Amino acid sequence: MTVAAAKAHLTREHMLDLLKQMIRIRRFEDKCAELYTQEKIRGFMHLYDGEEAVAVGVISALEKRDRIIATYREHGQALVRGVPMTTVMAEMYGKREGCSRGRGGSMHLFNAATNFYGGNAIVGGGLPLAVGLALASHMQGDDLVTACFFGDGAVAEGEFHESLNLAALWQLPVLFVCENNLYAMGTALALSESETDIQRKAACYRIASEPVDGMDVVAVEAAARRAVQAVRDTRKPYFLECRTYRLRAHSMFDPQLYRNKAEVESWRPREPIVRFQGWLEANQLIHSDEVSRMVAEIDAEIAEAVAFAEAGNWEPVEQLCRFVYADSAVPTGQ
Amino acid sequence: MQQQETACTDSIEMTYREAVRAALREALTRDKRVFLMGEDIGRYGGCYAVSHGLLAEFGPERIRDTPLSESGFTGAGIGAAMAGMRPIVELMTVNFSLLALDQILNNAATVRHMSGNQFGVPLVIRMATGAGRQLAAQHSHSLEGWYAHIPGIKVIAPATLEDARGMLWTALQEPDPVLIFENVMLYNMSGKLASDPGAVNIDKAVVRRQGRDISLITYGGSLWKTLEAATALAGDGIEAEVIDLRSLRPLDDATIMASVGKTRRGVIVDEGWRSGSLSAEIGMRIVEQAFWSLDAPIGRVCSEEVPIPYPRHLENAALPQAPKIVAVAKAALGRA
Repeated sequence: MTVAAAKAHLTREHMLDLLKQMIRIRRFEDKCAELYTQEKIRGFMHLYDGEEAVAVGVISALEKRDRIIATYREHGQALVRGVPMTTVMAEMYGKREGCSRGRGGSMHLFNAATNFYGGNAIVGGGLPLAVGLALASHMQGDDLVTACFFGDGAVAEGEFHESLNLAALWQLPVLFVCENNLYAMGTALALSESETDIQRKAACYRIASEPVDGMDVVAVEAAARRAVQAVRDTRKPYFLECRTYRLRAHSMFDPQLYRNKAEVESWRPREPIVRFQGWLEANQLIHSDEVSRMVAEIDAEIAEAVAFAEAGNWEPVEQLCRFVYADSAVPTGQ
Repeated sequence: MQQQETACTDSIEMTYREAVRAALREALTRDKRVFLMGEDIGRYGGCYAVSHGLLAEFGPERIRDTPLSESGFTGAGIGAAMAGMRPIVELMTVNFSLLALDQILNNAATVRHMSGNQFGVPLVIRMATGAGRQLAAQHSHSLEGWYAHIPGIKVIAPATLEDARGMLWTALQEPDPVLIFENVMLYNMSGKLASDPGAVNIDKAVVRRQGRDISLITYGGSLWKTLEAATALAGDGIEAEVIDLRSLRPLDDATIMASVGKTRRGVIVDEGWRSGSLSAEIGMRIVEQAFWSLDAPIGRVCSEEVPIPYPRHLENAALPQAPKIVAVAKAALGRA
């Protein structure tokens, strides 16, 4: 645990909030997995188990007015951002009350009110959009930062390289956040990249970059604060490589043939919640009854979200073809 | 290239290229949110010289030369549009647009629906399309029909000076992405255009030539070949009606069916390939909506199913040409 950084930036209240945010994601997704087996949630669903410190650390360093664009593994980002858990759960159900009106599902959570520009399910597809959001900031002269989350798999896509080059070339305020969990679905980083030190690729585009222990929420937040400040002040891009690990399968259909259980188990002691909670306890910054109270509050919120989703409505089929174009511009005949 | 005449009294002579440039200049002048982005649009002046001079007039912030990163800068246009700008992205040719297809199809066309109407993409993408310049099989194709397959975008094809001049501004007022296809053979076409042209719609087809005997349905560069064919047919006493679709998505079914309902015969002229094409879509719509009006099978004149070849004689043979259109029209009239 990066004690120095913690002392520099963290009050006890904030530390408890970081812990709560991570537990909130974990328990929400545990419930989602349960609901998936009950077939309440369908389609592809990708869980963030083990990677929570990245979303919590990075988004804690952003201002509400900043923009976020994420991947199909974005439940954590949406929740930390402040997209109401009720509407996230309703979206997973496909209900009209969902944050994308049920049209997107798990992989496409959107929320304009919190500047959450969506879960993008084409690997690398969100990076050019982030460049464009930042280009708008540049041209409109605002001070916003656009944070763009993507995985190590995206690094192999042409759009990754095109986007880093454009952001550096045009000096655009993008915070690139690589969530390197070592696997692109089932393909290990070393099997897909000739250079596995990802942040070095950013340096090749003359983008300031740094690696950070993505299992350490305090380290992530400290690095993200430096990065966000740099982007906001310089209006240039910055690249954070958060080195993390996905403890669950890629999606609900993944038998994990590509890695052995021993490897997964070796990461468990390093997982961010156990680690941070243990550190807080060891330093007597939290009592076990505080954790229990925290969990109880979270579980109540989850229960409310499930009830909200259950009570939600199916979009009438008559509405099927809405939102393909703006309502005022619906063409007839197509 | 054929000359184009208008009835305007206060008119000026210009080319299609200059008409597009005038439209770009007007958009940049009227709306501060508008900017151009594309390969070689600034210092080079545009691959087809459309944007020549705009860099000096509007500066490098608004006339943005891009790296050869079609997916990157098209996606950047989508992001900027989502954040309140009105980008005009130029893709050098439709063949190169395939490098940006992920962004066009997976983002521009889906974001409004996927987000439950929270975000829209008011983006205009212009690109050159079509063959005729001996540019061979990677610079000559007509893939606008592919794009017309995609819900969430609009696809337009200006064939005249008025449309080249007027469609852009209308497209920029759309809350959703609009793709504009400019046939490369039209850039040098010159004619008279009103010095103060009015707005044009981008969702209606237009009857460019009235006729009672057969409907020739076309768009873009093929319009002029089709009008040439209609003139030839008139020499044989056949009065062909020529429909310029203008919008490929949405299609203006009403204008098509009204014409076919009157002439009872139709031929579709499309520079795209025949199989799985826009011409197939139009033909099927006629069958669905006007079958009982027809006196003959619908005919088609499309590009031959071959990558466009380099030599002039083979390229010409691969494309719809006026004599082919005349022959197919006569066949539909039983006068082959």
